[in-house]
Amino acid sequence: MSQVLQRTSATGTRATKVIGALAILVMVWVVVSGLILTPQDVVQGESVRIMYVHVPSAWIAYLAFIFTAVASASWLISKKHSMGFDRFAGASAEVGVMFMAITLITGSLWGRLTWGEFWQWDPRLTTTAFLFVTYVGYLAVRRLEGSAEQRARRSAVVAMLAVLEIPLVHFSVVLWRSLHQGATVLNPNGDVKMDDLMLFTLFSGVVAFTLVFVWLVLHRQRTMLLVDIANRQGLDAAIAARKTEGSVR
Amino acid sequence: MKSDSSMPVSKGKVVTAVFLKDVQIELRSRVVTNQVLPFAGLVMVMFAFALDNDDVLQRVAGGLVWLATLFSLLIIVQRSFAIDTADGALDSLRVAGIELSAVFFGKAIALAAKLVALEMVLIFSALVLYRVDVSAIGVVLLVTCVFCATSGLAFVGTLYGGLTAGAKGRETLLPLLLLPVVAPVLIAATRATEAAFGSGGAQTSEGWAWIGLLAVFAAVFGVGGSLAFGSLIDE
Repeated sequence: MSQVLQRTSATGTRATKVIGALAILVMVWVVVSGLILTPQDVVQGESVRIMYVHVPSAWIAYLAFIFTAVASASWLISKKHSMGFDRFAGASAEVGVMFMAITLITGSLWGRLTWGEFWQWDPRLTTTAFLFVTYVGYLAVRRLEGSAEQRARRSAVVAMLAVLEIPLVHFSVVLWRSLHQGATVLNPNGDVKMDDLMLFTLFSGVVAFTLVFVWLVLHRQRTMLLVDIANRQGLDAAIAARKTEGSVR
Repeated sequence: MKSDSSMPVSKGKVVTAVFLKDVQIELRSRVVTNQVLPFAGLVMVMFAFALDNDDVLQRVAGGLVWLATLFSLLIIVQRSFAIDTADGALDSLRVAGIELSAVFFGKAIALAAKLVALEMVLIFSALVLYRVDVSAIGVVLLVTCVFCATSGLAFVGTLYGGLTAGAKGRETLLPLLLLPVVAPVLIAATRATEAAFGSGGAQTSEGWAWIGLLAVFAAVFGVGGSLAFGSLIDE
């Protein structure tokens, strides 16, 4: 274990450097295209440009939470209970909460410009807010005291319970009321109603945000590994120190 | 528990024993009757102070009843598990080698019994303080609603109570985890109760769809809770 710590002076590898460079490249294109090249919307005007941040961050947040659920399930199902699954679940949830916060903030700004309100009690918004709070709770559970094994088991079960909870929350809020504009890109008819460059920029945004997500999760889970190792080493060192004290006497 | 030491204790017996233990502790300590019920009644009076309008109170009575129930639920769950962790009773149950899903159901039924007592007081105070009326068919809807909502709340409360039991800062962690999960119960039970009260011209028949949602919620967390409870408190 100590070898791992000494060998790993940084959390970056060649792969993460490539992903990071690609993320910057695509992001620059999204910024240029989103702010300058793409046209205004006929109805929404300049405010439509918020879409290039809002939609990709929402997609990534949902992706992150799905990833957390899959990693947690893998931890529970796998016989070895590999801690790698737990670290990926935790790292993905942290990044997901961040993107969900971006989604809620950009969404409320966009809502103010298009609907005239920061917030509407519509099912998709309400479920998203609940998802956010639920994963903030999940992160709090991860910070409970105990061993890495206990943390992994608790948080995996809580992530699975969130999978049960979210559809119920969504369904109950749908029954409660509905207002949000229908999905434009993922509509059931399959025909996308959007300018070609706008659509390309939107998809570039999704690619850029996905790269940022992968980059962040890889680094974060490696940091978590280092923290776990450091904790264990601290304990080993303390035990060794006490043993030496004992032998001196 | 009296049983032959070579025979494993049946699940039903464990459920009953845990249920009776929790109820007996309550009957002796009277914390729910002497502290939580007055707190819930006080919340209902405070709502009246805050809203200060008879028509508004009548309109939102259903929501206030269930909001007061949720606040009280947090207190009852915390108290129930604080007793278990204080003397290491939960650890003793774990090493006793009994099925932890039976402990889950025993504790959930005891919690449900306390919640029903609480809800009766809250509904009664809504009838008196907020002057709501209930028709005969409304009573049937209300009783069904109380049964289904209480089952769901008891399962979820026991599950998350077990998770936060013994953890540092559980007083603040429990509401953060529990309240988002019980949001569907708040929505559905409120709408069903409003239908029973006839608030804002609601028809009693409108309430039954919400009962379905409450029943699904209770079933999902009953099954999910019995599966997950063991691994949450097993440390």
